[in-house]
Amino acid sequence: MTLEDIKRPENIVYCKPSLLNDNNMHYCPGCSHGVVHKILAETIEEMGLENNTIGIAPVGCAVFAYNYIDIDWIEAAHGRAPAVATAAKRLNPSNLVFTYQGDGDLAAIGTAETIHAANRGENIAIIFINNAIYGMTGGQMAPTTLEGMATSTTPYGRRVDLNGYPLKISDLLAQLEGTCYVTRQAVHTTAAVKKAKQAIRKAFENSMAKRGTSVVEIVSTCNSGWKKSPVKSNEWMVENMLPQYPLGDIKNIVDKQ
Amino acid sequence: MKGNEAIAHAAIRYGVDGYFGYPITPQSEILETLEAEMPWETTGMVVLQAESEISSINMVYGGAATGKAVMTSSSSPGISLMQEGLSYIAAGELPALVVNVMRGGPGLGTIHPSQSDYFQATKGGGHGDYHFIVLAPATVQEMADFVGLGFDLAFKYRTPAMILADGIVGQMMEKVVLPPFRPRRTDEEIALQCPWAVTGHPAKRKPNVMTTLELDSAKMEENNERYQRTYRLIESNEVRFQGYHLDDAEYLMVAFGSMARICLKAIEDARLAGMKIGLIRPITLWPFPYEAIAELSRKVKGMLVVELNAGQMIEDVRIATEGRVPVHHFGRMGGIVPDPGQVLDSFISFFPHSK
Repeated sequence: MTLEDIKRPENIVYCKPSLLNDNNMHYCPGCSHGVVHKILAETIEEMGLENNTIGIAPVGCAVFAYNYIDIDWIEAAHGRAPAVATAAKRLNPSNLVFTYQGDGDLAAIGTAETIHAANRGENIAIIFINNAIYGMTGGQMAPTTLEGMATSTTPYGRRVDLNGYPLKISDLLAQLEGTCYVTRQAVHTTAAVKKAKQAIRKAFENSMAKRGTSVVEIVSTCNSGWKKSPVKSNEWMVENMLPQYPLGDIKNIVDKQ
Repeated sequence: MKGNEAIAHAAIRYGVDGYFGYPITPQSEILETLEAEMPWETTGMVVLQAESEISSINMVYGGAATGKAVMTSSSSPGISLMQEGLSYIAAGELPALVVNVMRGGPGLGTIHPSQSDYFQATKGGGHGDYHFIVLAPATVQEMADFVGLGFDLAFKYRTPAMILADGIVGQMMEKVVLPPFRPRRTDEEIALQCPWAVTGHPAKRKPNVMTTLELDSAKMEENNERYQRTYRLIESNEVRFQGYHLDDAEYLMVAFGSMARICLKAIEDARLAGMKIGLIRPITLWPFPYEAIAELSRKVKGMLVVELNAGQMIEDVRIATEGRVPVHHFGRMGGIVPDPGQVLDSFISFFPHSK
């Protein structure tokens, strides 16, 4: 039996989602973005929405998300993705519209847009990558940076008396009547990836069924910004991030109904 | 009806797909009229009160990226907040309409009329090398007409257009003939007219991506050169102005918007006293009617630029005249509007031999 005999469609048990193209990703090895991109592409494909989706890319490391997933995209100004998504969805109500945003984009410069889009119950899904740092600009403090955590702008650690507290924006968004589903996930283990993918699917289903705003926070690693190896980053995330940002559904009014 | 109301009615009738705005005096009637008219029940137009002007302009960016005809309106401080978004819309080569019903600044300023956003509107305002088409209405009729004209030009050149009105034209009531109703474009028509639009249907094509980011400097320079080619085309095709009493004019006034009407009254009074003054009213502030003013600068003895600001359009008039004739300025600020007598007094003080 040759390799060609084995590489037949009926033998394939796993493959790259077809929406994920062959462009070389600019993400650092070990970064969570690559995994999240993959499960996003898989979910869109599995739901049959590849010809029916508008993604809104952020400013931050995921600014080039549109280079990797072959769907229609709009690149938003820093923090404005929920406003851009609001118009895209209201003017094209039959499409899936989702934003893909980091912590600086969503919870610092774009806080107003995030809260008001969620409060209006816009029928969009917000994919929120929380790695507690500004990766793209070189590792500065984010709103979600942990107390005591060293970044390039908090070289001696975040001091709450100077910089305030890590912002639990998803808990805040769960308080709003416009959100139907707010969950916090991670992608550091195979089991976690599976759960995160289910959460993204639920959020997309909510968007298509016009149930309100869904938020999927994904607690993520930034090994470059954290200055740790990928393995150490995962360990550090479990030890330090997850106590502050515990995983699980924060709000799910859809499944309760 | 009021100029602001005319804009709202004209937008519904033109078949605008979406309006996104935030209240600010003196233009809140635009959003109020749209909400009262409920066009989502008739034409399907989306009307949304946003949480800020920053959000409004980014909603316009998002809506325009999907090929829809979308607009916002505000007044000076709100337009300042929109500058980042306007830069993105210009860079994305997106058609959209923005209305600025100007009030006096700087800062929170006043709610009274002004023309002090001329620089901001015509010279860029946001970051980067860009322009957009700026239309200056002087009547309520033009407030209504320029909605359609603004969108037509915006889609023709893939550029944002601005109606730069002063608070007088926004609040003034006049008779107006509204444009006839026309249906909003269908999704098929949008796909044909805007093949670049982000519609979420890449089955029949490659994915469309609306981005203004390009880290390759050579490509970014190419993008800039493409923008500049569009601007040169607009400059050669779309200059609009109106001339009054130019045939025998020995002197010239240059004014836009409501100030042009006040100047015209001053000129008619002056002509009764034998003073031969003409008027140029630029309708497009960008592209500016440099050539028409240059030509007149070879015939007249002097010019007075009259504005509700400290002297902004005068710089373009001076560029056009290249020092051939004296160019003076009369302006009021802070929401004060001069009457024709004050304009004429100013003119005579600058040109005492014109009598």
